[in-house]
Amino acid sequence: MADINNLIVYCEFEDGKVADVSLELLTKGRKLASELGVKLEAIVIGDKLEGIENQLFPYGADVVYKAEDSRLYPYTSLPHSSILINLFKEIKPQICLMGATCIGRDLGPRVSSCLHSGLTADCTSLEIGDHTDPKTGTEYQNLLYQIRPAFGGNIVATIVNPECRPQMATVREGVMKKEIFDASHKGEVINLDVNKYVSDADFVVSIIDRHIEKCDINIKNAPIIVAGGYGVGSKENFDMLHELASVLGGEVGASRAAVDAGFTEHARQIGQTGVTVRPKLYIACGISGQIQHVAGMQDSSIIISINNDANAPINAISDYVITGNMEDIVPKLIKYYKKNSK
Amino acid sequence: MSLNIAVLAKQVPDTRNVGKDAMKADGTINRAALPAIFNPEDLNALEQALKLKDEHPGSKITLLTMGLPRAAEVIREGLYRGADTGIVLTDRALGGADTLATSYSLAAAVRHIKDFDIILGGRQAIDGDTAQVGPQIAEKLGLPQVTYAEDVTVKDGKATIKRRIESGSETVEAPLPLVVTVNGSAAPCRPRNARLIQKFKYAVTPSEKAALSEEQAARLEGRDYLNLMEWSAADVEADPAQIGLNGSPTKVKNVVNVVFTAKESKQLDGSDEAGIEELIKDLIENHTIG
Repeated sequence: MADINNLIVYCEFEDGKVADVSLELLTKGRKLASELGVKLEAIVIGDKLEGIENQLFPYGADVVYKAEDSRLYPYTSLPHSSILINLFKEIKPQICLMGATCIGRDLGPRVSSCLHSGLTADCTSLEIGDHTDPKTGTEYQNLLYQIRPAFGGNIVATIVNPECRPQMATVREGVMKKEIFDASHKGEVINLDVNKYVSDADFVVSIIDRHIEKCDINIKNAPIIVAGGYGVGSKENFDMLHELASVLGGEVGASRAAVDAGFTEHARQIGQTGVTVRPKLYIACGISGQIQHVAGMQDSSIIISINNDANAPINAISDYVITGNMEDIVPKLIKYYKKNSK
Repeated sequence: MSLNIAVLAKQVPDTRNVGKDAMKADGTINRAALPAIFNPEDLNALEQALKLKDEHPGSKITLLTMGLPRAAEVIREGLYRGADTGIVLTDRALGGADTLATSYSLAAAVRHIKDFDIILGGRQAIDGDTAQVGPQIAEKLGLPQVTYAEDVTVKDGKATIKRRIESGSETVEAPLPLVVTVNGSAAPCRPRNARLIQKFKYAVTPSEKAALSEEQAARLEGRDYLNLMEWSAADVEADPAQIGLNGSPTKVKNVVNVVFTAKESKQLDGSDEAGIEELIKDLIENHTIG
């Protein structure tokens, strides 16, 4: 029997603006909901939500649930969990998507544990498909295929939740594309009576201090990325990458190994556990190309690999391979760029 | 006030070091070639526990791990760094568990420990990177949770926790008992202590003890602290329907090895000045740069 229940996206926002990851999920959710022939729903929980639905409708939301209460912002685990758990018991969505953010990765497991529904973290692809249980032979139609890398990115697994609902998945920012569905699309707003969904006991954890640090590192949207790996060898050599990036008008990225070694900050990490990027030029310096890194940059238009090792795995997906020491080669790139650019 | 602290730790394959010898000729991973290690962020959690013990003398740290019998290695590693005792939750029936069935099993074991004020664990394990088990255990135990913790202090039955979030940091206050998951950006774990290595190097679980020679077993006589606990699913009164593969709502439909399609790449030697200049000119010409 076909599941006629809807698909819901938990939407995050900061300073009155819905998070990119939530809009990316609405974009994906719109496609999946249309394929299933069901409605796309969104839920926003917080304070000062006036008009927030107008940011969600253009991405295809048919229904926007709003839970507004001054105690619901900033986010804390228990009240947001209670609202989702109690709402899901009423509306029984077949699929729930969330950002794989600090909030989504805190909230998703709590909700899935209470509802005993399956949750798959950090999916890189979501599709609809059928499934036959290998043991019982039971056939399931139109399940959510939750596709994610595992084991350090060396394998990709397709996960299904045959019996339990909602099928829950989190997705990192930048993995799905954000696209307006229809700028004039309009849906229904449902204001939830918050006190029906939360109890006073949900507010035992209190935020006593909060520091928002404006992050000026924006590798996700940089057209050119100069990325360094463990092979760069030191913080000082990373300075050289910064120089090349600034000359070319790009940003500096890094592999997990370089971040773990302390050569640069975590906000620059590219790959399965960092940011996914699609620049027009990616210059990989001293990066061997572990799969978990490649997964986050393989869609770059042009890839240049600079590596001592002529057999580094990343060379296989590169358009240009320069074999040698990055300390020698990076200054040459800077020199010839300055010489030839107008 | 002394505290009863439980630390959740996992033995994981070191996926950060998947070197060339860890790949078989067919491109699949040779798991046996990967060393089994103490999950890195669980060490950050252990450090927070040790720090709490320093600040609250008389506190007791119990390590809990679920896995194969050989996960006792993780317990000994923790004892060398200052934990007081440890439990290995191991049972064939627990195998194939997804995060939810794992959380159910660990929550059952934590309940079996009975007295605990705070449960600490790493944010996530490097073999799955899901970060789900901590919050799910909290839910199963009906306790509040604080994730992404960097620093934990306890005073007057309340914990004050600094969290690292994407947009900055946050300090929260929460009542005990509580589940806290600790971020990799927290203080690194103190090293092994030579005296504790001497004290605990012969510590064994019952299944390890069974494999010892009489002479080796004799060393354990009268030294109770060398007996590590080993619990089965039945010992912690876990419902067989909620553990292992059967208790897992998520099923793995299929797994494929990742192979990226190779491109035909242009090769240059680092000393080829003219070639590098040509490349830069090409990139300027097609408006990739400049």
